Amino acid sequence: MKTKTPILKRIREHRLFWPLVALSLILIADAIFAPGFFKIGVMDGHLYGNMIDVVNNAAPLMLVAIGMTMVIATGGVDLSVGAVIAISAAMGAVLINPALGQKLITNDILTADKTNTPLGLIILADLVAGTLCGLWNGMLVSRGKIQPMVATLILMVAGRGIAQLITNGQIMTIYYTPYFWFGNGFILGLPVSIYIVAIVFLFAWLLVRKTSIGLFIEAVGTNAKSTYYSGISEKNVKLFVYTFCGLCAAIAGLILSSYVHSADGNNNGLNYELDAILAVVIGGTLMNGGRFSLFASIIGALIIWTFTITMYTFGVPANALLAGRAVLVLVVILLYSDYARRWMNKLTDRKGTRHGATS
Amino acid sequence: MANTDDFILSMRGISKTFPGVNALENVDFNLKRGEIHALIGENGAGKSTLIKVLTGVEYPDSGVIEYDGRPVEVRSPLQAQEIGISTVYQEINLCTNISVAENIMLGHEPRRFGTIQWKRMNILARQALERLSVDIDVSQPLGNYSVAIQQMVAIARALEVAAAKILILDEPTSSLDFNEANRLFDLMRKLKSEGIGIVFITHFLNQIYQVADRITVLRNGRLVGTYEAALLPHIELVGKMLGRTITDLDKVSKAKVTGEQPESENCSLEAKGLGRVGSLQPFDLVLYDKEVVGVAGLLGSGRTEMANLLFGIDAPDSGTLIVKGKRVNAYSPLESIKNGVALCPEDRKAEGVLGDLTIRENIILALQARHGWFKYLNAQKQYEIADKYIEMLGISTPSPDQLVKNLSGGNQQKVILARWLATDPQILILDEPTRGIDVGAKAEIQRLVVQLAEEGRSCVFISSELEEVLRTSHRIVVLRDQKKAAEFSSDVDDQTIIRTMAENS
Amino acid sequence: MAQRVKHFIKNNGPLLTTITIFFLIFFIGSRLYPAMQKPQVFFNLFINTASLMIVSIGMTFVILTKGIDLSVAGMIALTSAASAALLAKGAAPGLVMPLMLVMGIAFGFTLGCIIHFLKVEPFIVTLMGLFFARGMAYVITLEAMPIDNPTYRALALTKVLIPGFEKVYVYIPSLIGPILLLVVIYLSFFTRFGRTVYAIGNNEQSARLMGLPVGRTKIIVYAFSGFCSALAGIVWSISLLSGYGGYALGMELDAIASVVIGGTLLTGGVGNVVGTPFGVLINGTIVSILQFNGTLSSWWTRIGVGLLTLIFIGIQSLFYMRKKHS
Repeated sequence: MKTKTPILKRIREHRLFWPLVALSLILIADAIFAPGFFKIGVMDGHLYGNMIDVVNNAAPLMLVAIGMTMVIATGGVDLSVGAVIAISAAMGAVLINPALGQKLITNDILTADKTNTPLGLIILADLVAGTLCGLWNGMLVSRGKIQPMVATLILMVAGRGIAQLITNGQIMTIYYTPYFWFGNGFILGLPVSIYIVAIVFLFAWLLVRKTSIGLFIEAVGTNAKSTYYSGISEKNVKLFVYTFCGLCAAIAGLILSSYVHSADGNNNGLNYELDAILAVVIGGTLMNGGRFSLFASIIGALIIWTFTITMYTFGVPANALLAGRAVLVLVVILLYSDYARRWMNKLTDRKGTRHGATS
Repeated sequence: MANTDDFILSMRGISKTFPGVNALENVDFNLKRGEIHALIGENGAGKSTLIKVLTGVEYPDSGVIEYDGRPVEVRSPLQAQEIGISTVYQEINLCTNISVAENIMLGHEPRRFGTIQWKRMNILARQALERLSVDIDVSQPLGNYSVAIQQMVAIARALEVAAAKILILDEPTSSLDFNEANRLFDLMRKLKSEGIGIVFITHFLNQIYQVADRITVLRNGRLVGTYEAALLPHIELVGKMLGRTITDLDKVSKAKVTGEQPESENCSLEAKGLGRVGSLQPFDLVLYDKEVVGVAGLLGSGRTEMANLLFGIDAPDSGTLIVKGKRVNAYSPLESIKNGVALCPEDRKAEGVLGDLTIRENIILALQARHGWFKYLNAQKQYEIADKYIEMLGISTPSPDQLVKNLSGGNQQKVILARWLATDPQILILDEPTRGIDVGAKAEIQRLVVQLAEEGRSCVFISSELEEVLRTSHRIVVLRDQKKAAEFSSDVDDQTIIRTMAENS
Repeated sequence: MAQRVKHFIKNNGPLLTTITIFFLIFFIGSRLYPAMQKPQVFFNLFINTASLMIVSIGMTFVILTKGIDLSVAGMIALTSAASAALLAKGAAPGLVMPLMLVMGIAFGFTLGCIIHFLKVEPFIVTLMGLFFARGMAYVITLEAMPIDNPTYRALALTKVLIPGFEKVYVYIPSLIGPILLLVVIYLSFFTRFGRTVYAIGNNEQSARLMGLPVGRTKIIVYAFSGFCSALAGIVWSISLLSGYGGYALGMELDAIASVVIGGTLLTGGVGNVVGTPFGVLINGTIVSILQFNGTLSSWWTRIGVGLLTLIFIGIQSLFYMRKKHS
């Protein structure tokens, strides 16, 4: 080809460009103002430090963002992921409870480091619970033809109630050590949660790039009618993405409850629906659907948590950080708004023409 | 030209280009006071663009609009309303959830200290409707009434609030029954006698002769002419609408086996009494291998409905469809694809292309749908298929990874054709495959259709351009008023077909 | 006449359903738990739902325009925290309250402008609002801050006796919701603003073509919701006599559910603000039934509200479809 796009322009137009710029800006700020930020030490044979905290904390969000990306790519949204996290966490905690099935319950039994349910079954129950929630959303959206926001709002409202119903309204503390491994364990010096994210990401990536599902999702999000005319069941595509999103939220719930050693229907996964949408939007996937990138959403989740941990190191209290997150959302909104786009286009166009004139 | 003082509106030399399409080219249009002026043409002829220019939805690239003898620049629909140009659309632009009275009066409602005076508003609304001889309960939500009444309410608003001097009625009768339409015509005549100029857009030709004084015909974005309705016979009007486009006709004619019956008598598709209430009355159709069956008919005659029935977009409620000797039981696009049927839909933008996806993805989509979710074609195979069809159909693009929305109309159409050819269909249904694309691409697509038939496939070729139907088809089915009117062999002359298409029902 | 009644039922179906369900639930409750038959229990509903009622009324307008406002609970928290801080510094209540209301309006106005001018989805913008308001509240104070102001105390403790009943009372803040409702009924039925809200919700494009001030109305709607949230925040700080960023967690969802149960369609344009208080009262009734039961726990409220929301979405789409067909 004779006319090759200038390399700088190609980089700028790559979908990972802006998310990576944002991430680097935050990291550069860290390097300047909090030089200790990148220090990584070794303790008890595993790594620790702010960067490790970032990835470990961001793991559940990355998982949810993977599922949410696919939902948003079909032009939908899933507001119930936070509630599904709580349901999955509750499911795990109840099954672990060593008092389950015993008549005489004493404090010793309740706080014992053991369980009567095989760990495999606990994990399976977690995942099945979340998947069923996703299936429910998917049925409402694809078969019930209810707008996604409304359909998932129902589970968002009722889901936390269901989680409390499962745990009988208690905040259940988990004492079973093997369960902690998911949120706190290390393999080869790195947190287990990273490996879980990597596996789920790989699985999702294979699913969307090595089967036709990814193409179908993008097709549905771009033009549902044309997609139907081409012989693709857009209903089943939608059903699939919501179900998968439920599964992702369930895995996130597993890690979160393992990390905090407890299941709390009211607080597990609080604001996750919002953070996940934010991560996806930062990653450049448009709210009205179409093209998506799982990796960009992962970067989006990392941006949110790098920002959060950075603020912690600056001594901003966790709660007040919400205001900082709001500023982050505002910046993203402004960057992705029509005005900003038009302005950017104008800028690049002018550069483009000048380039054309000189060459 | 007659006395120009009579003209309340005169548009001269209007041109408008959209990316890749010349929507309007140097079109003149004028309207007298107290006149009903019909504006007609097939889809894509430029009617709606002309109206959009007039009402300020689009801004023309060149041309002058004079209103009441003074040049005006219409920048927005609101401004158009203010100067007295109001439009009543087929899809009524009112709010169905609020009352009839509000729909007529809102924006100019009687108020005292900011409080809406409901009683007075209802009285005023009732008076406005009385002028149109409509008597309904104006306090009910608009959605409780039929489309015909809603249209009357829209007209009432145009007259009352905007004090319109020019009323544009865009396909007002398409969802009205016979009596409702007649009532609307009475109203139009009444408004005409009050000195209001009416632009009437419709595809029902007999209705034009019922009310219109003059007729302006557009075709392919160009003005064919403006005629006195009384002096233009029905048949001639249809001829002017369909027209004869100058294409490189010879090449196609050479490729075609003129008038010959196809060699094979193998029946690939057979419809027996296939029909669907409200879209197309039961019809019979037989399609043989190596044959192109052309479908001709005016807008609204049931052309697209026929395509949708054959492809399973709409399920028929009567009759049977037999494809390659097997009776079709489940109607869906996927089922049809598996049976070897393909459809290039009429509305390329809404039903055909996926603009934000690449050419390659668009081409493999239907093939992939047939393969299912898990037998994904690998990248190499995808590029092979894409390259093959880009080459075969001559899609002009630097790379198969180009986004389809950046292509011209003709190339987009070729991409959709490629999507279906990739599934190796036995039966191709093409609904208006050449609409809105340039002359060269048109000829290429026509030639391709003939070539595909020669290779052993059968095609249903639906088009609003009679010329190309005649040129490409072995047999021609004529539709009229949502039913099959006649079937001809290809040596029929165009006058016979035009007469069949236009015959008064 | 019969025709008119039929029309009335057809046009107000969801609203009538809501009111019926409310009385039905209350009736069942008082059958099960005779203690609920006391008139005071009924009026306690108004005391307990004072803040929710105010934000839900503001939310109704937003949802009628096809929008959503997730920031309301954040604004309640921010108002309570800011009031507590200002009062602790010795500011006069007569200054603090108007200041809070102005803050609420300015906040909603800003969100409305972003939604309208930048054309961003309302739920993302108001989500940012939620984060921002809650975050600012935590910036002001990290833990609950008591309010020790005689005016606030007086407002909190003065009982308003209900005429016709003996010893039955509500507090002053509980009256704000019903008064606001009257104002909003006037706004929605007797002003161009209110009718424009309905028109926008039905078809924004049509409303624009009808020459109605679409942008201005949308911005006012969010500003009004901000005003209501600030008002609810004042009520909240009066009844709890403290301010804290963690107050009213998840109340935006209760408000949305109340509006939907009150018969307003989330798809905009259909609904009646009169239904909203009933939606709120249904929420309150479920809570008090659970309290009277004692063995059933609070999470049933959420499940119940979720279920009712689902049922209402179902009923509404039925009504809607039937209307479309007829």
